[in-house]
Amino acid sequence: MKQSNIVRITADIMFPFIMIFGAYVVLHGHLTPGGGFQGGAVMASGVVLLLIAHCDKDIKTLIPTQILKNVETFGLLLFGLSALAAVILGSGFFTNWLVNTGLLFGTPVEYGPNPGYLNTGGVIPVMNIAVGLEVLAALSVIAVIMFRSTEPDCGGEEQ
Amino acid sequence: MIEVLQIIILIGLLLTAILAVLQTDLLHAAVTLGAFSFLLALEFYILQAPDVAIAEAGIGAALTTAIFIFAIRAVGRKEVTS
Repeated sequence: MKQSNIVRITADIMFPFIMIFGAYVVLHGHLTPGGGFQGGAVMASGVVLLLIAHCDKDIKTLIPTQILKNVETFGLLLFGLSALAAVILGSGFFTNWLVNTGLLFGTPVEYGPNPGYLNTGGVIPVMNIAVGLEVLAALSVIAVIMFRSTEPDCGGEEQ
Repeated sequence: MIEVLQIIILIGLLLTAILAVLQTDLLHAAVTLGAFSFLLALEFYILQAPDVAIAEAGIGAALTTAIFIFAIRAVGRKEVTS
């Protein structure tokens, strides 16, 4: 079932905006509502939009499944290793070892109300990014496999 | 003011749920369930749970509708009544 030009072009135009909004929700997870899971679900809905709008032959080059599986493994490893690194550095499991160190996401924050600074939070944004990658890749792989197994008819004429 | 909006959304939730059951065209039923999820996300936002609202909009309105559409593509669009 080939979709019409309007559906395909609208999906192509909407895709980068959906991905950027998902990345915003993931990166601001420690400041605003949302986080890794919510942002990853939003980004996966962008990928699913491409899946619905396009044909299977375009999808194979557009969304490579093997890269998505590798991204999923990378997200899981990043989450586990950032939790285990605290044990290696001499404190408890899941200790926030990056906070107030001045490194990545480690800027110290004064007490009291503030507008919310992005470069704070220590290991929390790192884990949000890990969960976001994991959810994006896992939900996209589920949708791609579901899409492939239903064997859509690609050869139809353009409507 | 916010109570009126909540009443409208709850009536819309009931209507879309009943419509989704009554449809015989499965594609229409899937799209109606998407509208149900969207209204539910709006209700979560009004009840001051924006976190849940984002998750509901992402999972309920987008992903499950897409997976329903993939399944309908495989099994056919019309409901078979025996």
